[in-house]
Amino acid sequence: MNRLRFYLQLGFTLWVCLFMIVPVIMSVMAGLTTNYFVGLESGLTLRWVQEVWALYADTIWLSIRLALACLCFTVLLGVPAAYGLLRSKRRWANAMEEALLLPVAIPGLATALALLLAYGHMRGFRESWLFILIGHVLFTLPFMIRPVLAVMRGARLAELEEAAASLGAGFRQRFLGVVVPNCVGGILAGALMVVTLSIGEFNITWMLHTPLNKTLPVGLADSYASMRLEIGSAYTLLFLAMTLPLLVVIQWAGRVANRSRTP
Amino acid sequence: MLQQVNRRQRKLALFTLAPAMAVFGAFWLLPFTRLVAMGTELDRASGMSAYFAILTQRQYLVSLGTTLGISLAVSALAVLIAGVAGFFLARHSFPGKAVLVAILTFPLAFPGVVVGFLVIMLGGRQGALAQFSMWLLDERWMFAYSLSGLFVGYLYFSIPRVITTVMAACETLDRSLEEAARSLGAGSWRVTRDVIIPGIAPALLSTAAICFATSMGAFGTAFTLGTRMSIMPLTIYGEFTNYANFAMAAALSVVLGVITWLALSLARKLAGTSLGAPA
Repeated sequence: MNRLRFYLQLGFTLWVCLFMIVPVIMSVMAGLTTNYFVGLESGLTLRWVQEVWALYADTIWLSIRLALACLCFTVLLGVPAAYGLLRSKRRWANAMEEALLLPVAIPGLATALALLLAYGHMRGFRESWLFILIGHVLFTLPFMIRPVLAVMRGARLAELEEAAASLGAGFRQRFLGVVVPNCVGGILAGALMVVTLSIGEFNITWMLHTPLNKTLPVGLADSYASMRLEIGSAYTLLFLAMTLPLLVVIQWAGRVANRSRTP
Repeated sequence: MLQQVNRRQRKLALFTLAPAMAVFGAFWLLPFTRLVAMGTELDRASGMSAYFAILTQRQYLVSLGTTLGISLAVSALAVLIAGVAGFFLARHSFPGKAVLVAILTFPLAFPGVVVGFLVIMLGGRQGALAQFSMWLLDERWMFAYSLSGLFVGYLYFSIPRVITTVMAACETLDRSLEEAARSLGAGSWRVTRDVIIPGIAPALLSTAAICFATSMGAFGTAFTLGTRMSIMPLTIYGEFTNYANFAMAAALSVVLGVITWLALSLARKLAGTSLGAPA
């Protein structure tokens, strides 16, 4: 009876896995087959990947540039902000954390509309990639603050800082010499999340992009709508190749962190 | 003396928070406040205040109702499916389990557009179902470019969210309660119903709320599957780009935002943490 239940549940779980993985495999295969209509007999090719590269390479570069710029901004804004939240009164800190979370809690489309209606008339700003960057920073900032704050709460920062202060270290010295080195783990975890989310962001970006500033997901939507299936698939393949390594590292880092927390 | 130190600390806290709050204030709070105000302006089609028009014009009510309905249904089904699978994976270890867990959790970070495309791979003109039905009956079955396609897509990005939460929640369950129930003669169904489900109920509800909020705002998936469906994100997009009906787009965005914010607040209250990664 128990064995039967085990196999029933295993079978069910396998079906769910199939649902999740089959479309991914199909998409990867479609990106590598010469003619998807005909099927695998038509042969494997890298032609579509090359074509995607010729058509959309600039979207990939823009996405990488955006993700790195977004990372810089979230570190510069988020690490001090996490420290500020740590040092504020609990109620204040909760309210501000809640506020900073709003761009995540509210659909990206709404955030993008708000930005467009408020700043869309500033032509130079609206047409530059910085306009998209603003959206990405708003959206990813909580994902930097959260892990950094968690690490700060875990580390005995108060005592370490007190020790540094008693030796005559000023605030800047304490912040850069004691606080930041102690939360490198949190910054790294946040950084992986920020980069992954920025590269994949679509809901805000679609409204903010211009024909000259297309990111990778914007290009993906474009290719799904107007290119043949093989090109959309090859493009998706490139996207997965870029983001899957990041995801693997995130999962691995999460597991290591969990293990060190509960030895 | 202590008070002085405290006051210095508060000042420092304010100083270190200032840059992030300034960016947030200038680029989110201010624009969003304007968006809320803009929603009170006149809707271009009906000539009444846009918030009021949402409540009285049929097309907006239909869009809101459809989106709420599909999001609720997806959340419930995702919790059911992924709850069973997640519980199974948390409780058994067998060779190859890590692969299954990876397959079920990696799609967590797929953007909505990619999920939309994967639905096309399953149910589009050349999708898996179409190929199968062509082979079987010489007919082409499709579901991608409709509400069913949307439903499948939302289910696709909801399942990994539920799996991760359920697996984490199962690890914190007190196994001795189950053994106690079993030793008192409860069958496995009663243990599940009376011990396990109540034990992980907060996690289930919280993850359902996250799935619901994500589905409500899933612009990318809906956009890939077709822009003609009556679904809130697409209605907002249409009002803004096709009709330049800014007041209506603003009002609908605010309503949608309030709904997702409430759902995510509920989720956070139930589970403590969880940012609810977006789709």
